[in-house]
Amino acid sequence: MKLLQNIGKYTLMLTMVFTKPKKWKIFLSRLINELENIGISSLPIVALMSTFIGGVIALQTASSMSNPLLPKYTVGYITQSSTILEFSPTIISLILAGKVGSNVASEIGTMRVTEQIDALEIMGVNSLNHLVLPKIIAAILFFPVLIIFSMTLSMLGGWMALMITDLTTTETYVLGLRAFFNPFHITYALTKTVVFGFLIVSVSSFYGYYVKGGSINVGQASTQAVVSSSVAILVANLILTQLLLLS
Amino acid sequence: MIEVKHVMKSFNGQQVLSDINHQFETGKVNLIIGQSGQGKSVLAKCIVGLYEVDEGQILFDGRNFTDMERFERSQIREEIGMLFQGVALFDSLTVEQNIMFPLTMFTNMTKGEMQKRVDFCLDRVNLSGRNKLFPAECSGGMQKRIGIARAIAMNPKYLFCDEPNSGLDPKTSIVIDGLIKDITAEYNMTTVVITHDMNSVIEIGQNILFIHQGKKWWSGDKDSILTTDNPEILSFVYASEFMKEIRSIMQEKRT
Ligand SMILES: Nc1ncnc2c1ncn2[C@@H]1O[C@H](COP(=O)(O)OP(=O)(O)O)[C@@H](O)[C@H]1O
Ligand SMILES: [Mg+2]
Repeated sequence: MKLLQNIGKYTLMLTMVFTKPKKWKIFLSRLINELENIGISSLPIVALMSTFIGGVIALQTASSMSNPLLPKYTVGYITQSSTILEFSPTIISLILAGKVGSNVASEIGTMRVTEQIDALEIMGVNSLNHLVLPKIIAAILFFPVLIIFSMTLSMLGGWMALMITDLTTTETYVLGLRAFFNPFHITYALTKTVVFGFLIVSVSSFYGYYVKGGSINVGQASTQAVVSSSVAILVANLILTQLLLLS
Repeated sequence: MIEVKHVMKSFNGQQVLSDINHQFETGKVNLIIGQSGQGKSVLAKCIVGLYEVDEGQILFDGRNFTDMERFERSQIREEIGMLFQGVALFDSLTVEQNIMFPLTMFTNMTKGEMQKRVDFCLDRVNLSGRNKLFPAECSGGMQKRIGIARAIAMNPKYLFCDEPNSGLDPKTSIVIDGLIKDITAEYNMTTVVITHDMNSVIEIGQNILFIHQGKKWWSGDKDSILTTDNPEILSFVYASEFMKEIRSIMQEKRT
């Protein structure tokens, strides 16, 4: 029941978010801010996670390569396909749900409990449109960039790990990366990414915007935002995979 | 003039405002007074539409705000300035950007014109040159004055101030009260000030509404509030020993 009510309220919220900004100039400067705040500032954590996990994927694959029938380039191939299909779009999005989601929910929640949202409304500003739309657009624009960046670094991380441990040669690894490469997988991954970015920011804004009370409630809302947007990502992942890869 | 007609408001079954009828007059500082938790802020938020009233109507110079659609309301809201109980400055923006915000949003002023207006408003609240500070770098009294500067940036017809001098020392309070009184007269605004500070009542009260238990308990001007026998008013006005003393001196003088 509560879930259905929340979904209804969330949908209503989106109809207020997706209206024409009053002044495009203000929207644009807010958008640039949010690109920085949501996008650029996530680059370091994405880089760190991707390099290390890419390295681990490559090493794990290499360590289970005892079967001599498997071609040597399997390591590269597995690293490439698991990175593109699942690790970068989904796992990195889940990590971003933690970082971006809590940030968005606590920022908007604080504005709510300190009456800054009331102050916007009283001026006649559509506060949802003013606050949330630039965040959503920034996420939709920048999440694909983050994910492509992650894919690149993950495969680079794999290569570095293999070089350090001397398990294979660069040529074999690169051969594997290019083997059975399916460009549609990139489309699939980026489609997922855009949806996940949208979900993270909109769900987290929802929890921040409708918070009541004080700073304790803002803290709870931001935890709730991370949990709910992670669940939303997992569900959407299942649905999108079904739709895009299996039909 | 703002007319409040038969306004009712409850939250989750708890009646907060019952049948409020009142007129806030143009060119005057209208006060809403009463103890904490009696519904003063809720009344102000109902008037400006941050809360929907359950019943009743709000009229801004005859325009029925309650029945308006969102779009029509936002036009009236451009004529409203409000200082919130917690000031509610945008903390990610500088003082100057806070005051400029409504101007960039709702006018087609050039950068230069806006700058001029910002400087004028800051000067009006005696804060010239503080343009580049962030709200967190300002004292409580400064924040209230910046809040007032933002509220008057658009030359509002209606000004609401929710406890403009709570948490301030008496001297700063008097400065703020004087400021509100002056700008109200200067621009012939309809000003509504919420307060529970007797000093302000005596300083600036012209048309006073006393709210008790969510009802309009009493209304009148500052002279009659000192002489009424209404027991709730008496216990509100003469809460402190100091005020009790004044009352006895006044009564002695009269006899
Ligand atoms: N958003 C709200 N939800 C539920 N109850 C509220 C809300 N806002 C105010 N109230 C209640 O209404 C009453 C009056 O509050 P308020 O108008 O803020 O008092 P004050 O006269 O001190 O400004 C209080 O009992 C408060 O708990
Ligand atoms: Mg109050």
